[in-house]
Amino acid sequence: MSDEYNNSKVETKSADSSSGSYAPPAENIPASEIPEQELYHAKSFWTRWVFCQDAKVIGVQYALTATAVGLIGLVLSWGMRLQLGFPETFSFLGPATYYQSVTMHGMIMVVYLLTALFLGGFGNYLIPLMVGARDMVFPYLNMVSFWMFLVAVLVLISSFFVPGGPTGAGWTLYPPQAILPGTPGSEMGIVLMLVSLSLFVIGFTMGGLNYVITILQARTRGMTLMRMPLTIWGIFTATVLALLAFPALLVACIMMTLDNLLGTSFFMPEIFTMGEQLGTTGGSPILFQHLFWFFGHPEVYIVALPAFGIVSDLISVHARKNIFGYRMMVWAIVIIGALSFVVWAHHMYVSGMNPYFGFFFATTTLIIAVPTAIKVYNWVLTLWRGNIHLTIPMLFSLGFIVTFVNGGITGLFLGNVIIDIPLSDTYFVVAHFHMVMGIAPLMVIFGAIYHWFPLVSGRHLNQTLGKIHFWVSFVGAYAIYFPMHYLGFIGVPRRYYEMYDSPYMASGVGLNQFITVAALIVGFTQIIFLYNIFHSALYGKKSEKNPWKANSLEWHTPEMPPEHGNFGKELPVVYRWPYDFSVPGVDREYIPQHVAPSEVPTAKVEKT
Amino acid sequence: MKKKEESFFKLISQKPWEASQAILDNEHDGKTLNVSKARLGVRTVMVVSTVIFSLFVVSYSDRMLIHDWRSLAEPWLLWMNTAILILTSLVFHKTKVLSHNNEFEKTKKALFVVGFLTFAFITGQLLVWQHFVNLGQYASSNPANAFFYVLTALHALHILGGLYFWAKVTAQLFKNNYNISKVKHNIELCAIYWHFLLIVWLVLFGLMIAT
Repeated sequence: MSDEYNNSKVETKSADSSSGSYAPPAENIPASEIPEQELYHAKSFWTRWVFCQDAKVIGVQYALTATAVGLIGLVLSWGMRLQLGFPETFSFLGPATYYQSVTMHGMIMVVYLLTALFLGGFGNYLIPLMVGARDMVFPYLNMVSFWMFLVAVLVLISSFFVPGGPTGAGWTLYPPQAILPGTPGSEMGIVLMLVSLSLFVIGFTMGGLNYVITILQARTRGMTLMRMPLTIWGIFTATVLALLAFPALLVACIMMTLDNLLGTSFFMPEIFTMGEQLGTTGGSPILFQHLFWFFGHPEVYIVALPAFGIVSDLISVHARKNIFGYRMMVWAIVIIGALSFVVWAHHMYVSGMNPYFGFFFATTTLIIAVPTAIKVYNWVLTLWRGNIHLTIPMLFSLGFIVTFVNGGITGLFLGNVIIDIPLSDTYFVVAHFHMVMGIAPLMVIFGAIYHWFPLVSGRHLNQTLGKIHFWVSFVGAYAIYFPMHYLGFIGVPRRYYEMYDSPYMASGVGLNQFITVAALIVGFTQIIFLYNIFHSALYGKKSEKNPWKANSLEWHTPEMPPEHGNFGKELPVVYRWPYDFSVPGVDREYIPQHVAPSEVPTAKVEKT
Repeated sequence: MKKKEESFFKLISQKPWEASQAILDNEHDGKTLNVSKARLGVRTVMVVSTVIFSLFVVSYSDRMLIHDWRSLAEPWLLWMNTAILILTSLVFHKTKVLSHNNEFEKTKKALFVVGFLTFAFITGQLLVWQHFVNLGQYASSNPANAFFYVLTALHALHILGGLYFWAKVTAQLFKNNYNISKVKHNIELCAIYWHFLLIVWLVLFGLMIAT
């Protein structure tokens, strides 16, 4: 079997044209409609580093911007935790500021940090390198996408400085309260938030066009869809989801902006306030909720799918073993992506929608657990009898698996209408979504940064600081969120500024203090991480080429860090998938994707 | 043997470890679909726009069931604008045919006609807005009005975006040294986008006169 594979391949290449048994399809492919474009080469400092069209630089720009705004989100969470843990001691946060912190923390973390970092950051950096392209297909559009994102971030941050401050409506921005007086930031804050989100969607669509079309059309020779690293599959599917889901957010934003500024009543029902009727009639707040969650649930998977993909690659490389069930993994990614569009109303069980909807959406929600569980099993099976190197990326990957299972299982409970109703709007929900879409993707992000940092900078991150970072973040995250499940059980509602002397809070007060201390420690560790990044980028240990001995193309560029154009004169040709580790029959430990079969004639092929 | 354009499901059920598949895979040129990047880009944009407009149509259908909905009386001007838009699409189709027959002088003129008609359409839409404003039919007066303003504005924005690319391709034609196949391709893509916006408008307009 194995010998056939290689010999036939080598032979057919030479003898094929005469025998014609396997006509290489390349010869029958019509010429492309338009000849490929020349790469734009930057000349000046400005076009090389600031208004840059190189996807790698854009990726770093995205990552830095997202991290900067993420730090604001982190600081906001400290404020909230201090208030919740020690309401008497720290009184600098009034109720209005507390709501504003909740809102901005949520929106920043979900949209401006996680989405931008995974798709804008990792997507831009890795897609062209991993599929063997010189750059994105529309580099100029790609550049505009980043600047659009930056403007969106600036608009968002500017809302901190307008009269009334940023919006305090919760990250879901439910009308009517989001735009009514009484909610903090209902003057300018909410408008800036909606404008910022709209800009983000428009900017993201430009980037998303690039990601999808580069992956579909600009791969190098031999890189079929089923030979792509799972990272690319995750990013690809997530981008497709984003292109289809973000319009819902845009539509909701447009209509709410008009409700606010022009006094239309898309979402605004008849409202009496202070004995007077406001001018609005008949609008449907539930319509907004449907639009928001039609975006909001796929958004969860927009964050999760790239994480799934990246973690698969990290586990495979650092366990020196091929990924278990590659095809199953691809299918699971695609199926999860498709299902994510039919589960949105499980966020709305208590919204007053038709109760039969809840039955339908609970069912689809539970179905989505099946492909997700398959992925978890496959990660575990990849580790089974692997040569596990406990490097920092591996530690974070293991942390991800455990955390994701944890958060996923509480999701099964919340997906059931009957269990969700008592738990709705309690700290159980907060614990669930922080575990599953906060900590779990962050574990992957950290692992991925430790993994690809040598590629980006040519230097290693400090290992000791990295280990401290991992252990404090991992243990700390559990110290923060495990107690929150309990708080949810005893009925502590989320988004409350202070619990005062509620009798059932007796056992919760100490827990809240404990959580706060843990949150401060974990938060501080992230500063060590940032220090590590900046220090190592300048003075870190120089990395040799391909330090993790990985197979995918990004590690096999002529220069490291890769230069503009990525691959030197000739694009690599791909002959295999990126998971050929410890292949039986060969004396080398790993076979990079571009190694031709004739170079490893004894390799045995295993069914995957 | 035409390998391209296999269905997505077929592609993801390939067995890349099989020897026969590996031989095919090694010769794969890295393109999934046999279309240009630009064409795929336009298609993706059209898909995203379709999602946006569909969500508006859904919201419209949901909102109009509520008792305070008062339908808008469409003025004759809207029918004229619709006629202009249909005409624009026809002229754009003609432009595409002209460019395919390499009659570039005529193509230039036809492109100008397209631009003129498109601007006429947008002006017409603004006149309709003015008509409603004069009648005191503001966006806040009724949800039907609000949807009318939003949908026409969004549609016009899409057209303005198209005009940017129309201007680019026209400028390309007026350069001394242009890539003929590229210009032809771009004209074709613009024409497709115009037809798409015509269909969007017909759906929106149909929805508004039907309710």
